Amino acid sequence: MDGTENNLRLFPKKDARLYMSFMYVTFVSLLVGGLMGLLQTFVRSGRFTLPFNINYYTILTVHGVILGLVLTTFFILGFQFALMGKTVGISDKQRNAGWVSFWMMLVGTVMTAVTILVGQANVLYTFYAPLAAHPAFYIGLALVIIGSWVGAFTNFRQLYVWKKAHKGEKSPLLAFMVVINMLMWVIASLGVAIAVVVQFIPWSLGYTETINVLVSRTLFWYFGHPLVYFWLLPAYMAWYAIIPKIIGGKLFSDSLARLAFILLLMFSIPVGFHHQLTEPGIDPTWKFIQVVLTMMVVIPSLMTAFSIFATFEIAGRKKGFSSLFGWFKKLPWGDVRFFAPFVGMVAFIPGGIGGIINASHQMNALVHNTIWITGHFHLTVATTVILTYFGIAYWLVPHLTGRRLTKQLNKLGIIQTIIWTVGMTIMSTAMHIQGLLGGPRRSAYSEYAGGAQVDTWIGYQLAQAIGGTILFIGILLMTYIFIKLTFFAPRGVEEFPIAAEDEDAQVTPKILENWYLWIGITIALIAFAYTIPMIDIIKHSPPGSIPFKWPIGRM
Amino acid sequence: MHLHKYEKVWLTFGMASLVIFLLIIGFAAFWKGTHPQSHLETIDQNNVEAHDSFKPENLGLTEVADGKYKVNIVASAFNYDFGVDKDEKAVKTIRVPQGSTVLFTITSKDVVHGFQVAGTNVNMMVEPGHISRYEAVMKNKGEFTIVCNEYCGIGHHQMFGKVEVY
Repeated sequence: MDGTENNLRLFPKKDARLYMSFMYVTFVSLLVGGLMGLLQTFVRSGRFTLPFNINYYTILTVHGVILGLVLTTFFILGFQFALMGKTVGISDKQRNAGWVSFWMMLVGTVMTAVTILVGQANVLYTFYAPLAAHPAFYIGLALVIIGSWVGAFTNFRQLYVWKKAHKGEKSPLLAFMVVINMLMWVIASLGVAIAVVVQFIPWSLGYTETINVLVSRTLFWYFGHPLVYFWLLPAYMAWYAIIPKIIGGKLFSDSLARLAFILLLMFSIPVGFHHQLTEPGIDPTWKFIQVVLTMMVVIPSLMTAFSIFATFEIAGRKKGFSSLFGWFKKLPWGDVRFFAPFVGMVAFIPGGIGGIINASHQMNALVHNTIWITGHFHLTVATTVILTYFGIAYWLVPHLTGRRLTKQLNKLGIIQTIIWTVGMTIMSTAMHIQGLLGGPRRSAYSEYAGGAQVDTWIGYQLAQAIGGTILFIGILLMTYIFIKLTFFAPRGVEEFPIAAEDEDAQVTPKILENWYLWIGITIALIAFAYTIPMIDIIKHSPPGSIPFKWPIGRM
Repeated sequence: MHLHKYEKVWLTFGMASLVIFLLIIGFAAFWKGTHPQSHLETIDQNNVEAHDSFKPENLGLTEVADGKYKVNIVASAFNYDFGVDKDEKAVKTIRVPQGSTVLFTITSKDVVHGFQVAGTNVNMMVEPGHISRYEAVMKNKGEFTIVCNEYCGIGHHQMFGKVEVY
């Protein structure tokens, strides 16, 4: 089948409805979570107090859970279901499983959100023990995770069925990428699922008296770092396989893209200790080993950077621009489907550098738990990832609703991207600087002892409120664009832009699809990085901790 | 699998930088002893006073040798206990002369806390059942704010102290 023709064929209504449902939750989350972010920056400016006795840490928890866990997971599942539908198809049974996944996640989300909003879960999105939230918070989270697994296994099944019908053919690149991302997600979220189901739920219900704090934290961070790659890989899917089509080019290299994804799978999980570098109870040698494994991610990142810019150059030169950088000027800057993700790529340069600093064993002590970290992930997830998601939504939403991204909406999208860039530059830079001066993250407004040091950083919180306000305007604009694309844009066919391979492309080696091999290596690396330190942690455990409710304001 | 010539150059350069980078931080960690705080000692968080360092009379600042000090602290929501002064008032400020070596030892009686002396390398997670310990040379004069930098509950931002280097 001709690729371009398939790109222009709309999904059957019943398929589109499933994919769109995930998008609705995504954009409602964006608005709710974004509003919480705005309020946080206001409180931290020191010139505003929350009405109705709402606690700062309640809105902080909502912000983290709704944007970090809900928005991302819903967008990713919806986008990936659409990719699978487009490349390998979906059967009636698989679609039903997709709905089961959606509803489980939605019920879990509502349960968790309500528990937070009534003030029974001021534990932030990391819910570190022994702070004890209401059991409904943990049960809701478990439902979100298990629901996402239903989605993951449906995706595995989709590719499996396709492979059986296409013996000897290589899997479509995007389907391969979705399966890698979901494999990583299932292997990683096992950690947090064990923590929630085995440790937190019985403990919060009173069936067990105490909890092993360090074990729960280690299980959380076993999950916590692959979580950020789970957000990032769908953006990489767009960079590798969708952007080339938008700029009028071809895939740079099918096998290189697959290899990068395999490396990301292997080196995303055995690395959680780099979030626990300043913790007691973990041997520093094992911390260092995981630091080394963390840094391996540099390799697929460099491969990705090379491919993307090579694609840009090749596409530009094919259009006849021969000077050294002439091709760069001729990229489709006026096309928001390209422009928004491109800004995301640029933000990943300082974002990546910051990440290397954070994970650098000793250097981490300078920035650990300062607001520098918050500045860092607002560059990576809240700029690189989210702008790429927006870049996807500009064509995915109209493709699903049978409408068109009009010139006017495209222009609004460009304006949205610029607003986002300005707001985030102000907010994230202010956070980075304040963090280097020692300002802590996750804290309501406080002048502490009122020392000279606090004077050096407190002003940056005003800058963050200004940046946050600009960002919220960006969120309102994005919501408007989403509503237009969903309900009001003129009817038509928006392309689902999947790039094709060059006719004379090299054959992709079969070994890249040897799942047993890559999953085997992934598990072996995890076993190497975690077995001995985990045994140490359990063997040298202090007495367990009882639930603490009063510090989070629970009676 | 085919790799473009430039890509090989790019990846070789990248990986070589990575190796050098890891060798440097590895050298600093294992030969120069600059590991992050990773104290392995455990304690019963329900009875921290049983440990010598956290007996009420041993809290706060003690000079152990010329220019060498130790500071013992018990963290709890939302307070750092540095012991009491002569008038039985809670100590909030630790005063040490410039250039002194200070060993901070801290544990938590309840939930997870942070302990950062802003502007220095002293930055530790504090967890119930574990003892955190970090030694630093206070090279610069001035006032350094101690902040709890791990969320410990709704009074988290009111948990602080001060180190004064004179």
